[in-house]
Amino acid sequence: MNPNLIYVLVVGVLFAAGITLLLERSLTRVLMGVILLGNGANLLLLTGGRAGGPPIVGTTDEAEMADPLPQAMVLTAIVITLGMTAFLLALAYRSWHLNGHDEVQDDVEDRRIMELADRDEGPGTADADTVRELAADPTEPMPVARERESAT
Amino acid sequence: MTWLVPLPVVMPLIGAALTLLLVGRPRAQRWVSITVLTATVAVAALLLVRSSLDGPLVVEVGGWVAPLGIVLVADQLAALMLVVSAAVTLCVLVYSIGQGQADGHEETPLSVYHPTYLVLTAGVCNAFLSGDLFNLYVGFEILLVASYVLLTLGSTETRIRAGTTYVVVSLLSSVLFLVAIGLVYASTGTLNLAQLVDRLDALPDDLRLVLQGMLLLAFGIKAAVFPLSAWLPDSYPTAPAPVTAVFAGLLTKVGVYAIIRTETLLFPGGRTADLLLVVAALTMVVGILGAVAQSDIKRLLSFTLVSHIGYMLFGVGLTTTLGLSAAIFYVVHHITIQTTLFLAAGLIERRGGSTALDRLGGLARLSPLLAVLFFVPALNLAGIPPFSGFLGKLGLVQAGVADGGALAWGLVAGGLLTSLLTLYAIARVWNLAFWRAPHPDMPEPGDPVRAARTDGAEQPHEDPEPAGAVLPRLMIGSTAALVAFGLALTVVAGPLFDISTDAAEDLLRRAPYVEAVFPDGAP
Repeated sequence: MNPNLIYVLVVGVLFAAGITLLLERSLTRVLMGVILLGNGANLLLLTGGRAGGPPIVGTTDEAEMADPLPQAMVLTAIVITLGMTAFLLALAYRSWHLNGHDEVQDDVEDRRIMELADRDEGPGTADADTVRELAADPTEPMPVARERESAT
Repeated sequence: MTWLVPLPVVMPLIGAALTLLLVGRPRAQRWVSITVLTATVAVAALLLVRSSLDGPLVVEVGGWVAPLGIVLVADQLAALMLVVSAAVTLCVLVYSIGQGQADGHEETPLSVYHPTYLVLTAGVCNAFLSGDLFNLYVGFEILLVASYVLLTLGSTETRIRAGTTYVVVSLLSSVLFLVAIGLVYASTGTLNLAQLVDRLDALPDDLRLVLQGMLLLAFGIKAAVFPLSAWLPDSYPTAPAPVTAVFAGLLTKVGVYAIIRTETLLFPGGRTADLLLVVAALTMVVGILGAVAQSDIKRLLSFTLVSHIGYMLFGVGLTTTLGLSAAIFYVVHHITIQTTLFLAAGLIERRGGSTALDRLGGLARLSPLLAVLFFVPALNLAGIPPFSGFLGKLGLVQAGVADGGALAWGLVAGGLLTSLLTLYAIARVWNLAFWRAPHPDMPEPGDPVRAARTDGAEQPHEDPEPAGAVLPRLMIGSTAALVAFGLALTVVAGPLFDISTDAAEDLLRRAPYVEAVFPDGAP
């Protein structure tokens, strides 16, 4: 296809919609976004090649043939998008199975470290032992590590 | 000898098909995988020798002549990457087999593990060998799809959570790459890298900059360059130890390789060199500050991984032979060392029941061998002489000083600071996990293998590897082999630097690559 404004606009709309959906928390919507983005990219690839008759020797004059390469690439890209869609669907289903929803969640460990920083405690610094000893219930015996140490 | 070139891609794919047929017969699966990867190492080594002696080896796939068909090109850079990555994948495979055997059930690792692992290897090799932009994309997709499966292996809750982020981010980078390919094709009418050299040179500067920017963005996400790196420390640590190790070693380096290839071959002249240098500095410093803040060994190592990607970009951004050759050397060093450290972290998790630093202690006394296996690559990573990490950083610093610009000096300072902070991060792991008194929760020597604590209240990752006081021999053996490989990099550093300098010269001259693909001149 020769580049013309309609294709370019369609590609733009597909990208814009795709990216908006990608920013959602629900994995199903993200999946929709990925599909739209993939289609936009495919259309863009297709727009890059020359339009014309079927590229078969004998059917079309060589000067009027369509460029077959972008079509071959689009086919490959479609297959890849298909596989990825299936995989993302499986992920969303599994997530729903485990959690009852398919929302993309925060990094748990990241949040834990931020909480540590808020309380102004270093993560696992050398002070952690002291912190634990201070925080420990006084009725509880000291950590076993001490006993082991004295035994050796 | 050109018939050797496709083998690193074809053999693992055939192996994957075979192991898929052999599902349910783990012993046969193991032998097929080991044989295939050993053969891949041998072929890669041969390719390195031939390409050093005779120049790049080129194969036109399916016999289609160059600009029409797809070419596979094994030049020195590609062959060197192949050798290191094949050797590392082989070691990690042996490690995972050892882990599976030790866990006692024949089904671990899951039966789908071997085929997926081999497909991942094929994808990595394809990306290294590809002489065509779209084939490079296909190579990336092969390795990414395999990595999605490996990352979510067993589909537990944490792995699904981490896998989701990883998959979505990777998909976005793939779409960016695809769009870039579409634009390159629309503006030049070809995707053959050698043919693109001339055709891109003929394009207006602004258009070239757009294409370069899009490709850099796509590869930057894959290589985990700083503003685009947040996905990595979130997703990698949740996977099983061998999977994390192989990802850390290879996947980001494939991105770095793609950056090196496109920056030197397609877009020479360094219009983005300054940008690369700034990004390199940020990647190094921000990455290592992240590492310092972590309290879990695997996450800490993931942050050092991000941080040290900065060193490689530093070399690429200098666009001098010296910088580029140091960057290539650093890639080789880092693939080996980072993988080794993650394997050692897997052993720590096994011995100590966790990788959280506040749950570990006294490992140096409980398991001196493990201490050595962690300590040597850790110092290597930090760049203590005489290890290869020191030599790589020294090369980069020399290249930076030779460049002499203000940015280059800033990067030299950033590099040294990062090296120091790496040492600090590593020393903290050493102090807490190895030196202080053993933690009460840790298994005693002689304890039978038991499942690690499952309450999971404070643990960042559920589904930990089962802990046991006795470490399986295969796991120790393969980690030791990689440690030795890392040490060997120091011993052969001279010849290795020769190879990387040759490769860097060829990359900057561009002509050897083009002439190898089109002996009669580019059409």
